[in-house]
Amino acid sequence: MSTSLLEIRNITMQFGGVTAIDDLSFKVDTGDIYGLIGPNGAGKTTIFNIITGNYYPTKGEIYFDDNDITGTKPNHIVTKGIARTFQNIRLFKSMSVLENIMIGFHQRTNYSYPEAILRFPRYFQNEKRIKTEAMGILEEFGIADYANNAATALSYGNQRKVEIARALATQPKLLLLDEPAAGMNPIETEDLSNIIHKIKKDYDLTVLLIEHDMKFVNAMCNKVTVLDYGEMIFEGKPADAIVDEKVVSAYLGDFTHA
Amino acid sequence: MKILSNIIVKLLLILAAILFISYSQQSLDSYTLGILNNIGIFAILALSYNLINGVTGQFSLEPNGFVAIGAYMTAILLIPADTKSDMYALVDPAPVILHMHSGFLMALIFSGLAAMLVAMLLSFPVFRVRGDYLAIVTLGFGFIIRIFAMNSPAYTNGAMGLNDIPDSANFLWIGGIAVVTFVVMLNVISSKFGRAMKAVRDDEDAAAAMGINTFKIKTTAFMTSAFFEGVGGGLLASFLTTISPDQFSFLMTFQLLIIIVLGGLGSMSGALLATILVMGSMEWLRFLDSDIVIFGHHTGAHPGMRMVIFAVLLIIMMLFARRGLFGDQEFGDLIKKLFSRRRNS
Repeated sequence: MSTSLLEIRNITMQFGGVTAIDDLSFKVDTGDIYGLIGPNGAGKTTIFNIITGNYYPTKGEIYFDDNDITGTKPNHIVTKGIARTFQNIRLFKSMSVLENIMIGFHQRTNYSYPEAILRFPRYFQNEKRIKTEAMGILEEFGIADYANNAATALSYGNQRKVEIARALATQPKLLLLDEPAAGMNPIETEDLSNIIHKIKKDYDLTVLLIEHDMKFVNAMCNKVTVLDYGEMIFEGKPADAIVDEKVVSAYLGDFTHA
Repeated sequence: MKILSNIIVKLLLILAAILFISYSQQSLDSYTLGILNNIGIFAILALSYNLINGVTGQFSLEPNGFVAIGAYMTAILLIPADTKSDMYALVDPAPVILHMHSGFLMALIFSGLAAMLVAMLLSFPVFRVRGDYLAIVTLGFGFIIRIFAMNSPAYTNGAMGLNDIPDSANFLWIGGIAVVTFVVMLNVISSKFGRAMKAVRDDEDAAAAMGINTFKIKTTAFMTSAFFEGVGGGLLASFLTTISPDQFSFLMTFQLLIIIVLGGLGSMSGALLATILVMGSMEWLRFLDSDIVIFGHHTGAHPGMRMVIFAVLLIIMMLFARRGLFGDQEFGDLIKKLFSRRRNS
């Protein structure tokens, strides 16, 4: 029985003459924490942008829950149950932490524009509900105390948490994390991996993540795909990846012809 | 309990506004009332312009276009048919112009709807671009409306403009609609739509990644803004009783831009206060144009001196309050902050 949640089928992405992704296929099964690794410029973030509808692939299809979602607009992708974080943290700067999370509830807030202007009871009910739910998520991440602080006033590690919490507020089935541990110290990284494990269990998530920190990947992922120049050079367990000859040569250079 | 006291405070504020408006209309002299009317109209325009420019962060330069649409719509609807056929001197008015007639309230609503419809159509080309390009595209629209008004005498009487517009707009109308605009804008901002607009301003890609249809949100803000600009234009036409294409030049947009930047982009309270300061000081600084005696020394009359002083004041204000008078906060936020600070100390 196939339980794959996300299936990348023969994706090719060309920017002008440059082939960023070359005929890439892989499957992410329900319940996986799937790692996507590779040297800089290997095309990892490009894959994320294709999945979330920011780019339209030159060739190939993306299947999510057995539906073709190739070329669906980013805001519709969210409705289907895929949420993402960004490589460089992109919080809404003018808003408080709580408001940032409440943005994640946008699609599940049920009142119309006239109802908002005329302040119908539905406005108050919905606002109260999403505020409570947003606080619940913040508590889960241990940052409820900062709810009314400006989002950008938080420490780097906490800003990361807000970004993940915000993605979680959209109620995704699949969470895409783009270098979640980048720029973190070992303690923060440890804290982050605990949180990812916890929310994965509590919210029944499947996670696809990009990461350079191999220790983190080793501890987190049950499966990895290694990309180099847009091609898959390895697929399997993370422990096998770091001893694979092709992977090592992609990162450190090819010594055989030296 | 907290919600209830909030509602009571808001009702009291609205009651105070109503009392002020009706008192002013009955008791103030026509000069002061004229200034108040001017402030009221510009408050409506600045508040609505702030929604698209400040809150949603789309640097657009078109309000003069929407104001012109609203003004012409109201003028055409209010002027009686036989007056129109006399007034259109260049060519005969189009038959549809002669048939259009309505009461004042309907004229204002139609003005708003007309501007809103144009905004809806305009949003398709406009929101394909971002940033500086958006500014240029919307600027072009403002020019097109004015040139259209200038060159289609069968509808707008060309450069001669429209005169003898019935002056139905008193301070009850203007002040009342300004209050309504203020309340509507605050309600929009503190709803999920307002949050989405701010999200689009802060980071459009991240907003889309949160499931916000950014085009729809921008169009919503644009159309809301256009509606009230159209209504404001209608009030302006009826208040001035005469309009011509030259009134709706880029200078009007520029004045509104000064107001919302001074007040703080994204702050409705700021826009309101800045309107009072900018429109008011144009009048209050009038004494500078005349001969002033300083320690027995006569400066002599310098017409235009007030504009110089006004510009200097603007520069000083922007130096000391770089994000505008209010930043992106409202009256309520500031009062809350003041109280919490007092409690802490």
